[in-house]
Amino acid sequence: MEKAIEKWASKVNEVIIGATQKEGGTRSSLIKVGGATTLPFLHFEGAIPNSPTIAMEVWDMEPPDWPDILKKPFGDVLGDPVEWAKRCTNEYGADLLCLRLASTHPDTKNNSPREAQATVKKVLDAVSVPLIIIGCNQAEKDTEVIPAVSEAARGENCLVGIAVEANYKTITAACQSDGHSIIAESPIDINLAKQLNILIADMGFSPEKIIMHPATGALGYGLEYTYSIMERTRLAALQGDKMMSMPMINFVGQEVWRVKEAKTSEKEVPEWGPIASRGPLWEITTAVSYLQSGADILVMCHPKAIESVRKTIGDLMKKE
Amino acid sequence: MFIIGERINGMFKDVAKAIKEGDKTTIQDLACKQMEEGADALDVNVGPAAEEPLRAMEWLVTTIGEVTDAPLAIDTTKFEVMESGLKLCKGKAIINSTSGDKEKLDRLLPLAKKYNASIIGLTMNKNGIPQDAQSRAEIAAQIVTSAQEQGIEMIDLYIDGVILPVNVAQDHSREVLETIRQCKLLCDPPPRTILGLSNVSQKTVDRSLVNRTYLAMAIASGLDAAILDPLDKDLMNSMITAELLMGKQIYCDDYLEAYRKK
Repeated sequence: MEKAIEKWASKVNEVIIGATQKEGGTRSSLIKVGGATTLPFLHFEGAIPNSPTIAMEVWDMEPPDWPDILKKPFGDVLGDPVEWAKRCTNEYGADLLCLRLASTHPDTKNNSPREAQATVKKVLDAVSVPLIIIGCNQAEKDTEVIPAVSEAARGENCLVGIAVEANYKTITAACQSDGHSIIAESPIDINLAKQLNILIADMGFSPEKIIMHPATGALGYGLEYTYSIMERTRLAALQGDKMMSMPMINFVGQEVWRVKEAKTSEKEVPEWGPIASRGPLWEITTAVSYLQSGADILVMCHPKAIESVRKTIGDLMKKE
Repeated sequence: MFIIGERINGMFKDVAKAIKEGDKTTIQDLACKQMEEGADALDVNVGPAAEEPLRAMEWLVTTIGEVTDAPLAIDTTKFEVMESGLKLCKGKAIINSTSGDKEKLDRLLPLAKKYNASIIGLTMNKNGIPQDAQSRAEIAAQIVTSAQEQGIEMIDLYIDGVILPVNVAQDHSREVLETIRQCKLLCDPPPRTILGLSNVSQKTVDRSLVNRTYLAMAIASGLDAAILDPLDKDLMNSMITAELLMGKQIYCDDYLEAYRKK
């Protein structure tokens, strides 16, 4: 069969996360994402200079709702972000971490920006991989927390978020002044996604430092909506739409580990099979689907799932 | 949509004067402004009054080349003037234009090949401009066949259905739209389609309104490119909106701005 090869006019932006001493930071390595001139893994059609990458989640508090199957691999370090971060890099081979400042949420501990700032500094000191730093996903509280933690990480070229329509001005200004990239999130809506990118760019922020989060749905919970939006976004990028050319991130772990299929034990629903494999499998399947729709960064939780998806990425990046 | 800015044409008084006086600034300003307003390429025409068309063309192409590498559409009926312009183009060149006459195709298509230039083919011949779409499409088919024989890729061939002023040939506006649609059926991949838009509104009272309405209709018929005045903001806004409605861009509230950021 003949291969139908498409000539694309443009490419996905390349974004670098992290800064080594050379770039004025203290990281020992950098992560590059994006830069593709073709659809995911079509090596015969265009260049895919950077592999999709996995960021491992680290929380600044013990996650209140995680099932035992997910807590187990982290055992005693849950609740200690520094040890948790070290375990991810030392034991699970993470080369990118996503620090979630969940404790700042008014419904959890309502920790202050200053406390969050201290956590960020400690984690930056403890590990040398690049960091994604996100707040508590409450737009209002994030406008207090993000500027503080952004400043604490100045010069480290982190990926910081999450900017939404309600708070993008503050988050953008913080990222701009401290030299970070930004995550721009929209609610599974391609038109709003493009609009938010324009609004952020209008503040003088380089579109080449934006990562889009089109909102993530877990397998069985809207995955296909996000999937099709990501496909259209990637096509628009390749066709030359500069306001849609940003790499994309998916918070896979966050979504998967709240659905009943990943959490409910086999004691409750025997026909679903053992939770020990079903949970990670739900995360793997969700992650691999997003890879095919153009995900550049997958934020994940379970070490077993991460190991498996890492291997899949390796296989998909082989050129033959 | 591929926009060729029409303003550097000796038909315009400011350009004619600049050519006569060797005034580079006027030409270079026009070049830069058109690019800023969304032109992808610039038409270059010395106008009918130029005393030495060959020298005038060389001067225009060189002058524009000092400020931009944009593709230039060398707009002349004189073969020597055409080649002198092509030689000096820094970016991609576009031959504007050939008719469907064999003599012209035999000379201009090899020239396009030699300079790796795109070429605009008008659906007219020595018998004039056909009345209907069918006859226009027949000429287009001849141009396509000749271009293919010369090894010119369809991405480099623009078929111009030749629109006439609505106040003298009203029926033609509908026929040209049909021509655009028929051109897309000539081969796969099809040639691109283009219009010298402003001709439709010659001597009408509200030229801009006629231009932008017809452009929107032509885009709906599948038009790929146009020679027009990018400094006409309403026209450009209509173009961007028509493309949006055809699904060529992803909607957002600031889609006009988004297009201009491309």
